[in-house]
Order: sequence, then structure tokens, then C-alpha cells
Amino acid sequence: MLIRLIGVAIVIVGLILKFDTIATVVLAGIVTGLVGGMSIMDILTTLGTSFVSQRTATLFVLTLPAIGICERFGLKEKAIDFIRSIKSATAGRTIIVYEAIRTLAAAFSIRLGGHPQFVRPVVVPMAEGAAVAKYGKIDDDMSDIIRGGAAGAENYGNFFAQNCFMGSSGTLLIVSGLAEQGYEVSALDIAKWSIPVAVISMVLGIIRNIMLDKQLDKAAAKGGNK
Amino acid sequence: MTPAQILGEVFYCVIGLVFILVGVKALKDDGCSKKATTAAFWFLLAFTFIAGPWVPKWLVGAAIVAMAVLTAIGGVVQSKNDVPDPASVRANADKFGYKIFIPALCIAVVAVVGATLGSKVPALSWLTANNAIGLSGAVALVAAILLTKCDPKYAAVDAARLMDNVSTTGILPQLLSALGALFTAAGVGQAVSYYVSMVVPENNVLIACFVYCLGMALFTMVMGNGFAAFTTILVGVGVPFLLAKGANPLVVGALGLTAAYCGTLCTPMAANFNIVPAALLETKSKYSVIKSQVPFAVCMLLIHVILLYTLAF
Repeated sequence: MLIRLIGVAIVIVGLILKFDTIATVVLAGIVTGLVGGMSIMDILTTLGTSFVSQRTATLFVLTLPAIGICERFGLKEKAIDFIRSIKSATAGRTIIVYEAIRTLAAAFSIRLGGHPQFVRPVVVPMAEGAAVAKYGKIDDDMSDIIRGGAAGAENYGNFFAQNCFMGSSGTLLIVSGLAEQGYEVSALDIAKWSIPVAVISMVLGIIRNIMLDKQLDKAAAKGGNK
Repeated sequence: MTPAQILGEVFYCVIGLVFILVGVKALKDDGCSKKATTAAFWFLLAFTFIAGPWVPKWLVGAAIVAMAVLTAIGGVVQSKNDVPDPASVRANADKFGYKIFIPALCIAVVAVVGATLGSKVPALSWLTANNAIGLSGAVALVAAILLTKCDPKYAAVDAARLMDNVSTTGILPQLLSALGALFTAAGVGQAVSYYVSMVVPENNVLIACFVYCLGMALFTMVMGNGFAAFTTILVGVGVPFLLAKGANPLVVGALGLTAAYCGTLCTPMAANFNIVPAALLETKSKYSVIKSQVPFAVCMLLIHVILLYTLAF
């Protein structure tokens, strides 16, 4: 029984050791087939049949021409302009606004680009600016709290809202993964069932960043006593 | 073939064409050190998309193995891209303003409206969810060209540029579904469920929900890849312990992947999301981002268990 799990082990070891992901996955598939008693021809046929019927999972490519042109004509620049135009009184609230925008953008398949393009150059300076305005000055500990919170907001918005778009690669993976196990579902329905998690993630994000402001209050009080 | 299938194949041919463009771009780039192997990868991939349904399937399988060899030897690299220069992008941003969001929003809106109409109106039955995604890409492209009045060649240039940025890992979801098929054919699901059934009492769905969500998160933490974890745990736990007991596949599928993402928030293995940003933001510890995310991830995972238990049954 245990030997049949060798494919799972290969994927785990391969990804931990940072081997090439595609080669690791294909190798795991072939070895799994072999220990499962399949012939090489059977394995290639199964692999090929499934790959062709699951081309669904790569449909996102069809959205790239339009997105590419929008980016060429300033999509990301206008998103940055928009975020910059919103002033918030505290660091936590600044991060909440960003997370809300990031969540909506992800749900509408607008790729905002993440940590290098938004968090570092836009969100962190705005949040730290709000904190400096409120507390006078901020020390390294406070700055770490803000930066960790801002980086997290980017991930929450990105991860938990992207499946609300029916053409995202995650949604399509779910559709084709279920189809391969004999459960035919529509991408639109998977996207609908992804909405509750996106909403809950946003609510949790708001709570988390209200707490972040409290954390900063405490850290500022402690810093003042030094 | 039904009209829906014919249209579907047309869209897959368009995707194949994008792959060919990436390959041709590599061939034309004399500065690219691995242009032959890079082009070979993209052409093989295009072959599986365009000719896949019409050729013996072992041939597609062989093409996949060849592609894996090419990436394993590091033979597939990015070639030179026509990157728009920042000054002209800025000038265009000022010229077009927030209108540039219209084509981008078209994608999501047309896809949802199209798929909904397709499932409700009999005359539009060719508009399956998949075809609606293709249609949304086409409508958005037309909107983008009409709005910006740009040379339509940029549709090809920018598609190749973005696809090259996405790189070879763009086919990972599709490849993992194929791995899931092999896992199932070789009895991996039975093996995993044999061991899981030692822990999970027969017919206790609450514990099964918990093991499914936790399994997703833990496997993602170990592998650093939510997609790979999703395939494994869906086959090993989701199918035998939830779907076979009558759980709603939509809920099991949708919540499975986001449960995996809870694991992504907690692991240094997902370096791009956690370690690289910490370095980029110059935090004191490289684990600052993870530390900040763990409480959120734990809450979120528990909520997943509750949602799965209440919504799926």
C-alpha cells in the first residue's frame, strides 16, 4: 500500500529541494503509474488524454492580449494613482483600504502586481506616513508591524478573492481537478461558491487591521516610556 | 462535434497560437542563449493544444515528457520582451485616465453574463462557461484596441510578453490535473484513504471536513504549492471521505483550494509570497510577514472547516 504513495513523496521532495516543478510533477506521475502496474504506453496515454481534456485549466491565456494592452496604456499607473488619492487617518485603515481594493481587483481579474509594485512603493509609505502623523515618530518595531500587516493584506486579498473570477487559474484547476475525478462542474458555479470565503477574508482583514492600530498604540506608548 | 465544442477548439487554437508566438519570439532573439530549446518547449505545448484532440494520446503524453526534460535541464528561459517604456506608459495613463479600466472590467463582466445567459437561454447553449471566458477575452481585446486606438499587433506582442512572464509554470494547473488522473488510475486515492481511514472514523463527516482542510493546508506548507496540494488531497481525502458521502462538489472544490492557501500564508516554502516580500520591505526578521499572517491563517482555516461542514451537506 505504502509504495503507491511514492508519487506523493516525489512531489514533496522535489518541491522542497526546489527541483524544476514541471519535471517533478511529470516524474511523479510516471513513477506512480509504474508502481501501480501500468505500462509506459498506458501511462503516456493517460497523461496525454487527461492533459488534452483539461486544457480548460489554461484558458486564462485568452485574457492576456487585452490585459497586456491595458497595462501598456497605464492600467497599473492609474491603480496606483487611485490608491494614492485615498487618505486614511491611521496605518491600519490605510491597509484596510488597500486590502479592499486588492480584493475587488482580484475578483475582477485585474492583476495589480503585488508586493514589488504596490506594497513597497505605495502602501507601506502611506501607512507609515499615517503612523508618523499620529505618533510623531515610529521605531523599528512599529515599522515591522506595519510592514508585516501590509504584506499580509496583499496576500489575503490576492489568495482569497481570485477564485471569484471564473477564468482564474485556481478556479480552472478546481474545475478540471473535479472533472478528472468524475464530477462535472461549471467554472461559473465554482466562482460563485468562492464568494463567501472572499467576503469573510475581507471582514477578518478589517478586524486584523483594527487590532494592528491597537498594537501600534501600545508600541508607541512603550517607546515613549523608554 | 457540437457548436460549443467547435468554438472551444477554436479558442484552444488561439491559445496554441500564443504559445507559438512565445516560441517565435525566442527564435528571433539572438541574445537568448537557449533559444532552440525554449522554442521547442513552446512549440510542443502549442502542438498539444492545437492537434491534441486529433492525434493518438500517447503522442501528447510523449510531448509532455519531452517538455518536462526541456525544463529539467534548464533549457527554457525568457527571451527579450518588447517592454513599454515607463515614460510612455505614464503619458498614456494621464491621457486615458481611469477609462483604461473599462476593457479590464469587460473580462469579468462578459464572462459572468455570458456564462449565465448560456446556461439559461437554449439558443445560447454554445456559450458554455469555458467559451464565455474566451468570449470575454475577445470582447475586452476589441474594447482595448478601440479605446486606445493602438496598433492591433500589440495584441500579439503583449500576449507573448505576458505569457513569457507567466512562464512555463502557467501550465501547472493543467499538468496537475493530469497527475491527478494518473494518481487515480494507479490507485493512489485508495492508498491515501486506507491510511486516512485509520484516523477518521467511518461516516464521521465533521472529522473528515477537518482532515480535508487541514490536509490541504499542511501539504501546502510542506510543498509550498497550493495547486499540488489541492490535487493530492482532493484525490486522497476529498473524493473518498466527502464526495463519496454525497458532499456538494462545488463546495468541496472551492473551499479546498482556499484552505490550501491558508497553508501558503504560514510557510517559508512559499517564498514569493512570504520571504521575498519581507526582504523587499526590509523587515527586521525574514519571517516578519509569516508571523503577521499566522493568526489570520489559523482563523481562516477553522472557518473553512465550519463552512465546509455546513454548506457541503
